[in-house]
Amino acid sequence: MEFQIPQTDFTTIGPPLVLSVWATALLLIDLFIANKRTTAILALVGLAAGAAVALPFYGQTPRVSFEGMALLDDTAIAIDWILTLVTAITILFAMDYLKRQAIEMGEFYPVLLFTTSAMMMMAHGRNLIVLFISLEWLSIGLYILAGFAYPRIRSQEAAMKYLLYGAFAAGFLIYGTALVYGVTGTVDMATIADQLRANQAMRTSPLLLVGLGLLLIGFGYKISMVPFHMWTPDVYEGSPTPVSAYMSAATKAAGFAALLRVVQIAFPVDVLPTWQIIVAILAALTMVIGNIAAVAQSNIKRMLAYSSIAHAGFILCALVAIGEPGAVQSYLYYILAYALTNLGAFAVVIALEQAGEERFDIADLAGIGWRQPLLGAAMAVFMLSLAGVPPLAGFFAKWLVFQVAYQAGFWWLALIGLLSSVVSAFYYLRIIVNMYMRERSEPVPSFTTAPLLLGVGVAALLVVVQGFLTNPVLTLVGQTVAAGR
Amino acid sequence: MNFLLSLIVWLPLLGALVVLFAPGLSDHTAKRVALVWSLAVFVLSLPLIPGLGVFDGARAELQLVERVPWISAFGVDYFLAVDGISIWLVLLTTFLTPITILSTFDAINTRVRAFEAFMLALQTGMLGVFLAQDLFLFYIFWEFTLVPMYFLIGIWGGARRIYATVKFFLYTFAASVLMLLAIIALYVLWGQNSFSLPDMVQAIRNNQFVLDQNLGRWLFLAFFAAFAVKVPLWPFHSWLPDAHTEAPTPGSVILAGVLLKLGGYGFIRFNLQLFPEASRFFAPAIGVLAVIGIIYGAWIAYAQTDIKKLVAYSSVSHMGFVVLGIFALNPIGIHGAILQMVNHGISTGALFLIVGMIYERRHSREIDAFGGLWRVMPVYTFLSLLIIMSSIGLPALNGFVGEATIMFGTFSSPFLGWEFAAFGLIGVILAAVYLLWMFRRVMMGDVTEATAKMRDISRLELSMLIPLVALILLIGLYPTPFFRAMNESVTALANGLGPVLAAR
Repeated sequence: MEFQIPQTDFTTIGPPLVLSVWATALLLIDLFIANKRTTAILALVGLAAGAAVALPFYGQTPRVSFEGMALLDDTAIAIDWILTLVTAITILFAMDYLKRQAIEMGEFYPVLLFTTSAMMMMAHGRNLIVLFISLEWLSIGLYILAGFAYPRIRSQEAAMKYLLYGAFAAGFLIYGTALVYGVTGTVDMATIADQLRANQAMRTSPLLLVGLGLLLIGFGYKISMVPFHMWTPDVYEGSPTPVSAYMSAATKAAGFAALLRVVQIAFPVDVLPTWQIIVAILAALTMVIGNIAAVAQSNIKRMLAYSSIAHAGFILCALVAIGEPGAVQSYLYYILAYALTNLGAFAVVIALEQAGEERFDIADLAGIGWRQPLLGAAMAVFMLSLAGVPPLAGFFAKWLVFQVAYQAGFWWLALIGLLSSVVSAFYYLRIIVNMYMRERSEPVPSFTTAPLLLGVGVAALLVVVQGFLTNPVLTLVGQTVAAGR
Repeated sequence: MNFLLSLIVWLPLLGALVVLFAPGLSDHTAKRVALVWSLAVFVLSLPLIPGLGVFDGARAELQLVERVPWISAFGVDYFLAVDGISIWLVLLTTFLTPITILSTFDAINTRVRAFEAFMLALQTGMLGVFLAQDLFLFYIFWEFTLVPMYFLIGIWGGARRIYATVKFFLYTFAASVLMLLAIIALYVLWGQNSFSLPDMVQAIRNNQFVLDQNLGRWLFLAFFAAFAVKVPLWPFHSWLPDAHTEAPTPGSVILAGVLLKLGGYGFIRFNLQLFPEASRFFAPAIGVLAVIGIIYGAWIAYAQTDIKKLVAYSSVSHMGFVVLGIFALNPIGIHGAILQMVNHGISTGALFLIVGMIYERRHSREIDAFGGLWRVMPVYTFLSLLIIMSSIGLPALNGFVGEATIMFGTFSSPFLGWEFAAFGLIGVILAAVYLLWMFRRVMMGDVTEATAKMRDISRLELSMLIPLVALILLIGLYPTPFFRAMNESVTALANGLGPVLAAR
């Protein structure tokens, strides 16, 4: 009997592979580095290298390897690049923050890279087991990061909560995978679609639908979809702020990437339309509940957490319409716009946070727009973008997702989305009101250092120009939208 | 390829960046830079005056067209053009902005650079609204105007500025998102991968793009909501008195002078052109709202003790006439409405300026705080009287021309008729009542101890009012060229509303 070594094409997992290897090396190198800022810069170098290896494959025919488990197409590369950008800005945010909070340890950066690597795998996986392993892997990194400010009880609480909810999510996900396997006999997503296409009985099997539902719940936790969103405000509030920023941007992007793969490859709308209406209803609930709950918050971190929940609902609008032309582009466009904006919005919280003291109340922002003109202007840009005011990225993103939703016949979803974005404008404006229109006799001191301002500046600039460059960005994220086959 | 319109639209935004970021710019210089900048924009817009240069008032179609693909994946074009409907509103904007900036010389003394920057950015937004011929591009400019105004009221406003500005923003934003949904719907239903307004209108007139009657009415209402809030039409007006009262003088001037016109313009350009059937269907109902607004605004204005609030409510009343003229749906009514928008911009802008002038002197706007100004400020009183008369609609002044034309249109409209005109006339009388009553109490009577030391109008203030007063007289005495330039476009538009109307 001939034993055949499977053909492996390591380029299909290029960026995550580079990050993992680099992170392993960095963990060792860090032992010999006294100034942790150097570690941070080395981590940035690794990120750049990871992003660069995907470059030759951009715009090429999709490649599949590892027995169909891994996949490289433009969607995956787009997600890789979004995650690279988010992680790089997070590192800039963290540099001085960790020092100020006296929790500066070199391990922060390798762990961040490992987590990012896992997130990238969510976009590269074409197999439910790969998705599951990636999800677990990224969660482990995030447990550590959430608890990184361990002297603070809230940080410990955040880590614990994330662990428990993460365990739940993983349970749902693996059970769902098992059920889908039970019906179709495979965990390979492309084969699942083939099976469903060929077999009417499988399509109507209750077990399959339950399995799909459980998968949805599993990912629903990661993207904070209502009603699986409860952990989000607590975890964002307690985690070190750069980690909250990272979670709100990167974890979401990764969760959405995986969800896209599942519905795009394994359960295409033309084969199994059932999930569409369920996701539509959940999207509507997520938008409405996220936005209304955010109105009641006076803690900026919690407000941003609820806002991130609401935005998950907006992104889901594009997922509902995924069969329409332009839907995948709109979906990725929104993820990019959202990730940049929300990430940047946390920067002002970081700047206000002193050692040990928590300055998360909206009133603490009073007058900061005049005292820190650059930071204030950037924050105003982020808030207006999140509210969906033109000509900022958030507006174009909303237009795109609502348009594809309308195209798919979900006009009511677009209407609910637009109305709930009016509600959201209320609490985003409140931030601007506090920054520019109120004064405080004893202003809260703020810490803006060069790396922080650089990170904020890059994010704000991209939020401003993304809208004007909508056409190139759409091309960038969707040149060859592969079904991964 | 001409790019005059682009130049006029984008130059102010560039000016905003210059004023904001130029190193070492003092407040004093910033004001002057902004003024010169806006004057340059005005000068550049002069060739647009019909008969003087590049714009031909004898043509109905869009002129000075600039069209470049922008977001080609979804058929969005960068598409600017001007025609007889928008030409005077564009010129009104470039004319009023320098005057408004001049008014900041006295009124604004804190964070001057930011103020001037927002003012100039606002001009870009307003001009873009009047010039954009792509639905999507229009929406971007439309929403963008909210941002500078939000900051102008919120940072430099009065005591309740935050309440006023958030209310202003949310009201307009809420109504506008409905319009966005309608724009998306039109794009999807048309299916031509284009947001081009003239092309869409053409398709509708040729019956290539037929909207279901019910859906057409819903979409009409979505556009209507956005514009009705902006105008503001009763009962969507409640943000306006707050915004006006709290805004600093230059903010009020630009708000009344130009921003309210965006709504009236939107009705004409979008509601009437895109939904002829729904326009005919809803015209009587909207006429009723307009008439209620005319009388209600006048009534409430009469009850005010704050001069600025009085002027704000007079806006509600006056803009009711504009809406009445538009939904007469005949050429004469629309002529009157467009001219009245220009008139209202000039007269009410001037009214807010004269209120601002005495506020600067006394830091009060209460009617009771004044009296006998005619003795201490004769020049000021004379000019105020002229402006007030223009606002009332005295013959030989501009307000009369606009209101009379609207009344003719309303009277002869198959959708409105004499009842509407009759109620409108009551509004004209009420305007005379509340404005003259205010004039008598503020300017007439004996000099009180408090007003005795008020100095008369300064040269700076005079330079703001003179151009406005000149236009008030010019339009009042010789309105023909103003009508002539819009005639072709308006007639073509009215023809599109249906055969019944073209005959009238």
